[in-house]
Amino acid sequence: MSETVKKRSKSRVSGVDRFLTFIRVLMATLIVLGVVAFISQQIWPNNPFAEWRNPDARGLTGDQFKGLVVSGLSQGAMYGLIALGYSMVYGVLGFINFAHGEVFMVGTMSGWITSEKLNDAGLWESNFILSLFLIIFVAITTSTVTAVITERIAYRPLRNSPRLIPLITSIGVSFFIQNAALGLFGPASKGYPRLPEWLAKQRSILTVEISGTKILVMVVAGLSMACLWYLVERTQTGRAMRAVAEDKEIASLMGINVNRTIVITFAVGGAMAGVGGILWGLLFRSVTHMTGFLPGIKAFTAAVVGGIGNMGGAMAGGIALGSAESIAPMVILEPLGVPGVSQLKDAIAFTVLVLVLLFKPAGLFGEKLSQEDRG
Amino acid sequence: MMTTNLTSKKPFELDWKRTLFWGSVCALSQVFICLVGLPSELNRRILIESTLSLGYLFILWIPLVFGYVVSKMVELEGVENPKPGAADLLSGALTGLLGSLGLVLLMLGIDNLDMRDPLINWNQKLFRLLTFENSISFGSLVWIPVGVGLGTIGASLHQMSGQIRKMSAYAMFGLFSFAVLEDVIDDLSEGFRLEWLSDMIYAKKGGMTVTSAIVLAIVLALLPLITRGKFKKTVDRYRSDAKPENQRRNSVVLFSTVAVLVIVLPWFLGGIINELLANVGLFLLLALGLNIVVGLAGLLDLGYVAFFAVGGYTTAVLTSPNSPWFSPETHFGISLLVVVVMATLAGLLIGAPVIRMRGDYLAIVTLGFGEIIRLLFLSDWLKPYLGGSQGITNVPAIDLGPWEVRGADPRSVFYMVLVFCVFAIYISWRLQGSRLGRAWMAIREDESVAEVMGINTVNSKLMAFVVGAVLAAFSGAVLAAKVGSVFPKSFEILVSIIILVVVIVGGMGSITGVMVGSLVLIGILGGPRQPGLLQEFQNFKLLIYGALLVFMMLKRPEGLVPTARRTRELHQEEYLQDAWLGDDESEDREEVGEQL
Repeated sequence: MSETVKKRSKSRVSGVDRFLTFIRVLMATLIVLGVVAFISQQIWPNNPFAEWRNPDARGLTGDQFKGLVVSGLSQGAMYGLIALGYSMVYGVLGFINFAHGEVFMVGTMSGWITSEKLNDAGLWESNFILSLFLIIFVAITTSTVTAVITERIAYRPLRNSPRLIPLITSIGVSFFIQNAALGLFGPASKGYPRLPEWLAKQRSILTVEISGTKILVMVVAGLSMACLWYLVERTQTGRAMRAVAEDKEIASLMGINVNRTIVITFAVGGAMAGVGGILWGLLFRSVTHMTGFLPGIKAFTAAVVGGIGNMGGAMAGGIALGSAESIAPMVILEPLGVPGVSQLKDAIAFTVLVLVLLFKPAGLFGEKLSQEDRG
Repeated sequence: MMTTNLTSKKPFELDWKRTLFWGSVCALSQVFICLVGLPSELNRRILIESTLSLGYLFILWIPLVFGYVVSKMVELEGVENPKPGAADLLSGALTGLLGSLGLVLLMLGIDNLDMRDPLINWNQKLFRLLTFENSISFGSLVWIPVGVGLGTIGASLHQMSGQIRKMSAYAMFGLFSFAVLEDVIDDLSEGFRLEWLSDMIYAKKGGMTVTSAIVLAIVLALLPLITRGKFKKTVDRYRSDAKPENQRRNSVVLFSTVAVLVIVLPWFLGGIINELLANVGLFLLLALGLNIVVGLAGLLDLGYVAFFAVGGYTTAVLTSPNSPWFSPETHFGISLLVVVVMATLAGLLIGAPVIRMRGDYLAIVTLGFGEIIRLLFLSDWLKPYLGGSQGITNVPAIDLGPWEVRGADPRSVFYMVLVFCVFAIYISWRLQGSRLGRAWMAIREDESVAEVMGINTVNSKLMAFVVGAVLAAFSGAVLAAKVGSVFPKSFEILVSIIILVVVIVGGMGSITGVMVGSLVLIGILGGPRQPGLLQEFQNFKLLIYGALLVFMMLKRPEGLVPTARRTRELHQEEYLQDAWLGDDESEDREEVGEQL
């Protein structure tokens, strides 16, 4: 009797495992096939392997490929900035702050309002650098305030409840903020004012054609990342944050004000999202109440790709995801004969999430979580 | 020392900081609600003729609630608590006053500043609403006393005797439901040829007449005096009837009453209300499925809409002549069998990769799957097979011999949905107590313990996914036949979230709760695209759903109609603390610990 039970349960479990292995092999084969077909097409355009699935594929010229990489990198830098917020909150409190994408949206929205006003006043044209600092400041402030208020109202009372409860709450918060923005500012898509010509024009750096905006985005993202690194690794506050992430109880025994540290974590995450929001505004120059939804989920994906709780990982994950999203449709899907590949850009981000969790659940650079959150 | 400190409060000594804080929160929320556009948009819906519209109600409830909150006291156990006194009423009044001052400031602002550029509701419509189409001073003269009065009433709720509080609650909620249910009552009285009844209660242009409102309020307020808890006693007796044969008889009586009502009533209802009921049924079906996945097995599936889409698309492909790639034009019954197979496959395919993940990762990954499926339906890649963004049109009505179920006849759809719902309720009810159901609940409570106890967690979780998927797919199939077409747009993430709200508000894991949740939420506020009784809410539905989700999680995570087990799980600490405070003997404490 017991033996049969043992046998049956053993075979059942391995059924799911076998299926998962099958999926892993299948996905890996598809990716390899796509890449090989792409490369062979690049080397010798008329080879039968490249024409096997998609005879119309043209491949990419070197400039096109570089362009894709650059736009992937600049978008990835932005995902990375948002991902930091997810990663830090997950590291400290052990739950996914679903509303973080909306904090980002609030930053973009406030940046739009300020830039519009500055444009009306003429400052946007005459002194762009000053107005850039102003809108970044406003966006950081509003995003930080939003993040801190949500923490106070929605998450603090739930700190000791089962981990799905704060997640569900944050979904509610996310919908609330989204639709409050819809009610306040209306459904129309809002455009940022035109960027000055000296910034937006194409430049050629090391044979790569790149627009000034993208350089600005990468520089700002890098600077904010450096500031964050300094804050977390080199200051007293940062040490407190790391201690709280490791073990809240012991941290409080060591004289750390846990509540305050958690608020600071939310605030820093919110500030990063605010900077990300401005970068979004400069890159895409439009914002609606739904702006935060997809970038939010993608940024979470980036955090998971890099290993959740790991800050360098979040940034690297963001860049990896951004590049994958912009390159993969042309490099993997097109050679496989999928039409209309650019529509599947968002689907690729989610596929990356599933793949990372299937192949390497702890992320590329390993997660940094306390023992209890790992369970 | 603590005791003397707490009780030696002078009658008019105010907690200024607290009052100011809540007062400004009250003002901010009132201004926020005005600027979001709730009052101007909902002003169309009149509750009481020429007196109160839904829009005004949305401003008025705020000082009431904050007046209640500001004067609420933390009751400490084991210490003598201060008695509520005049000071509390005063702080309530001040809160209301501050709230009204916020409105006055808003009026002045709209009059003098132009902020229309970012804020779309900063306009004359709101201004006219706030000033009652009069001047600012007139508006302030009305709002300030009203705010003060409502704040005071809110604060005095703590000091009323239980009887009065009950009476006013009956009157208020009763009046509100009469006003909201206007369409239903109108429709019912028409069906029973009692038009004079609705003519008496409601005014011609919508809303109750002032006289009928006053009369109804008095009648409703007297209701608790007349019944004096008899109703509650009956319910208690019904619940605690120990004799099995009595209990059986009671259940039969209850069941047959409900059955007769549900079957007979639609004949007396008009098209709109039947349509509404059909929508409620469709979402109830979805919610019952999600209830198994989230409520029983504790797997937060945010991509639940994927299964809904699978059901809809399978039916459309199999039955519609317009299906672009493969159109056998089978009968709905046969396609239903295929729907079951496809849903099972989808459940296994989506379930298998996520089953081992942490609960929160599972949520996001299922959300991702839901989006992937929608994007695939929308893409050019699958367009030759599934129609892309144009979807598949011309899904035929369900042919059942003598009857035909089609969207133009909502009553038939309602009966069709009813059959599926009864089936789903029966399945959930039988599963709950079964071996599998108990395994799900064990997994929900503690997965590792469940595994150690010999439960095959992987298989049980997969089963939950499959059962949930099949129920959702049924709903999708009926939806396709009802609407006559399927579009990727009908299967957005929103649907998942709204069903989640329904399950959570009703009570996770409780069948009755889910039924109540879908009736109240879908019936009154409406589904993602389907309007409810309060159609004016269309643009604010999601705002309210979001706020409701947060509120429920904070104040009552077990839902409106909770199951005993779930309540205990969520309030474990309080139970332990009560047990600890109630009795110091260690034996008792151990016993409670074991029960938990």
